[in-house]
Amino acid sequence: MKAARFFPGRTFARILRNALCLSSLLVPLAIGSGQSGDAVRYSDSGPEPMLEQVFRQIERNRLDLALDQVDALLHIWPNFRLGHLIRGDLLLARASALTTIGNAPNAPAERLADLRDEAVARIRAYRDKPPVDRVPRYLLQLPADQRHAVVVDTRRSRLYLYENVDGRPRFVADYYVSHGRLGSEKMREGDKKTPLGVYQVTGFLPPARLTSFYGAGALPINYPNAWDRKQGRNGHGIWLHGTPSDTFSRPPRASDGCVVLANPDFLALNNSLNGESVPVIISDSVEWLTLDDWQAERAEFNRALEQWRRDWESRDVERYLANYSPQFSAGGKDFTAFARQKRDVSASRQWIKVDIRKLSTFRNPGRDPLVVVTFEQDYRSDSLTSVMRKQQYWQKENGRWRIVFEGEA
Amino acid sequence: MASSPRLRLGLFQSLIAGLILMGASLQPAFADNLQDAEQLLRQKQPQQALEKVDAFLAQRPRDPQGRFFRGLILTELNRTPEATAVFQKLTEDYPELPEPYNNLAVLYAQQKQYDKAKTALEMAIRTHPSYAVAHENLGDIYARMATQAYDRALQLDSSNAGAQSKLNLIREMVGNTPKNGVKPAASTALAAASVAAAAPAAVPAAPRPATPATPAPPPVAPKVTEAAKPAAPAVPATPPAAQPVAAPVGKPVADAPATGGDAASAAADIQRTVDAWAAAWARKDVKAYLAHYAGDFEVPGGKPRSAWEGERRARIDKPGTIEVRVDNIRIRADGEDRANVTFQQYYRAPGLKSSAPKTLQLVRRDGRWLIARERVGG
Repeated sequence: MKAARFFPGRTFARILRNALCLSSLLVPLAIGSGQSGDAVRYSDSGPEPMLEQVFRQIERNRLDLALDQVDALLHIWPNFRLGHLIRGDLLLARASALTTIGNAPNAPAERLADLRDEAVARIRAYRDKPPVDRVPRYLLQLPADQRHAVVVDTRRSRLYLYENVDGRPRFVADYYVSHGRLGSEKMREGDKKTPLGVYQVTGFLPPARLTSFYGAGALPINYPNAWDRKQGRNGHGIWLHGTPSDTFSRPPRASDGCVVLANPDFLALNNSLNGESVPVIISDSVEWLTLDDWQAERAEFNRALEQWRRDWESRDVERYLANYSPQFSAGGKDFTAFARQKRDVSASRQWIKVDIRKLSTFRNPGRDPLVVVTFEQDYRSDSLTSVMRKQQYWQKENGRWRIVFEGEA
Repeated sequence: MASSPRLRLGLFQSLIAGLILMGASLQPAFADNLQDAEQLLRQKQPQQALEKVDAFLAQRPRDPQGRFFRGLILTELNRTPEATAVFQKLTEDYPELPEPYNNLAVLYAQQKQYDKAKTALEMAIRTHPSYAVAHENLGDIYARMATQAYDRALQLDSSNAGAQSKLNLIREMVGNTPKNGVKPAASTALAAASVAAAAPAAVPAAPRPATPATPAPPPVAPKVTEAAKPAAPAVPATPPAAQPVAAPVGKPVADAPATGGDAASAAADIQRTVDAWAAAWARKDVKAYLAHYAGDFEVPGGKPRSAWEGERRARIDKPGTIEVRVDNIRIRADGEDRANVTFQQYYRAPGLKSSAPKTLQLVRRDGRWLIARERVGG
């Protein structure tokens, strides 16, 4: 009934904070606050910086500037639904009182909730960036010929691209991503969850070979990997892929298990990878370590690996077997069968020489301390010579790293 | 959406009253045609009305009233591009008139060109900051733009959903005298009437309308509108004026003590009370301002007192300075402890300027004069 009534921005800001729980963002998360970082340089290619400006202006009670900012944002990303939602609110705030975020009278609650979640995810990721001087715990050792690594944080709806600089991961870019509608930790076919673990991109599917649903293309990963199968996990077709053209992005939890990027982000990622078969570590909450801690974890694990190699060369089969967990099983053999076989053959060897090359070491996401190593194993002995790609899963048991699974990579 | 139940204005209802008056002031020879045109439009013969107005304009091609009316007729005939052109040209020739901007905006809005509509309304408001209809329409435009944005955000199609409120088309030009051309009648203060008659808002329109505004709900025969209903001009707006609501509040204010006594001293007390009230308002002292209202202060809207207070607080708390001036106070005693005070209230706040007659009904409680009723308009 009123003429244009410019609703106080403070009110809007309060509603916004409540609806998005933005106030909780003022508390830096455990991994540390990006804001503290001097010279925090991240790729700000996406809409987050502008979105952040919009929210800042709203908090400053400058709805006019917020609207300008959102208009500019939508000029660049016209399909950015969240932007339209905020624009709707900013416009409506001039005509009447707001009660929540997304005041469309006929809005399906679910879609509204999706957009709110996206807002929270984007703003949170932006305000709480991982500090530059830290590295994701998972990337313990990148082989020299591996130029990149990808880390996905499902809880933060974020994908981080790292570059390998002399074995040390260096941050390149991060992107908003969607994951499984029903969350993470995929177990079964059709459970609409995203797997957690250490994977590898297995190829690239160009848009021409896909329906438009996948947008700019797809990078399939090797779920279920050997470890997943050992755990009885199944399902298939987990990809990193783009977005249909009718929207810039999808809600944080939207896919059947895939990791979905906005098309410009997918293209940027794919360009950076340039055909490289890159490791993809998917976690539900990425931990970042200081360089010192990271070095310490690396060194500790490398000692264990070196111990295994030397124990093998020593031809002392019991010392060698001490590197394996009682829960070890591989290739249909449990520890007992494996140990018997090793004891049988080892007696006949005169000498053994083992070289490890092209080592990659990743910590497997999850509560249990588990490390995945992949390397080229050059085995020579008086009776047998072989070169193979080997993968092992090491688990920490009573303070000691032990192999629980191994096989050809 | 905020904009639902309001202003559904057929073209006709409100055209009328004002036009008659307007016609009366024109020179007879030309006025006849214009008057005839108005008559014809009222009889729902827009085509014939157009011929008349064209005849009028043949004599006075630049006459703003005639051109404005022609724009209205063309709008009625759904000859939107031509109507747009007419109003557009008027805004160029008479940039100081808010009405053509407003109607231009209405036409843009019909074509969903909300950005253009918004710009036009902003111009209308710039020319005339207290222009209530334009403010209201602007609010509507924002609401519609919001709906569009929500549709994009949520993949909805609201184009048919719900009541898309109609924007107010201005029927007449008021007040401002164009630089050349016929001087519009002084008494044509009727802007668009609103269906939302219940809106308590009364607008302080500059010239006090002799014309009774008729907020006729559904299209109603126009004649009725001339009935002597001395209502305030029913332009929906956000006047600075309070929209009173009743509920108890009893905090006496310190700066308006009334000590009773003879009539003269009572009058002086009342004068002081009104001054203190206006001063509290102007210095944005909400507490002191609200303390001037009696516990049984009458609530026209039937709203709870707290809601009204909240509204007042929100409005007064807005950034920017408020200027309140009270002029020409007339006090009419109504017994010992009651009085009606009428005055001209000048109000100025960022983006809003108004001058309106206001009547306060005061009651004396414990020797203190308090506002029991507040009314804007004559």
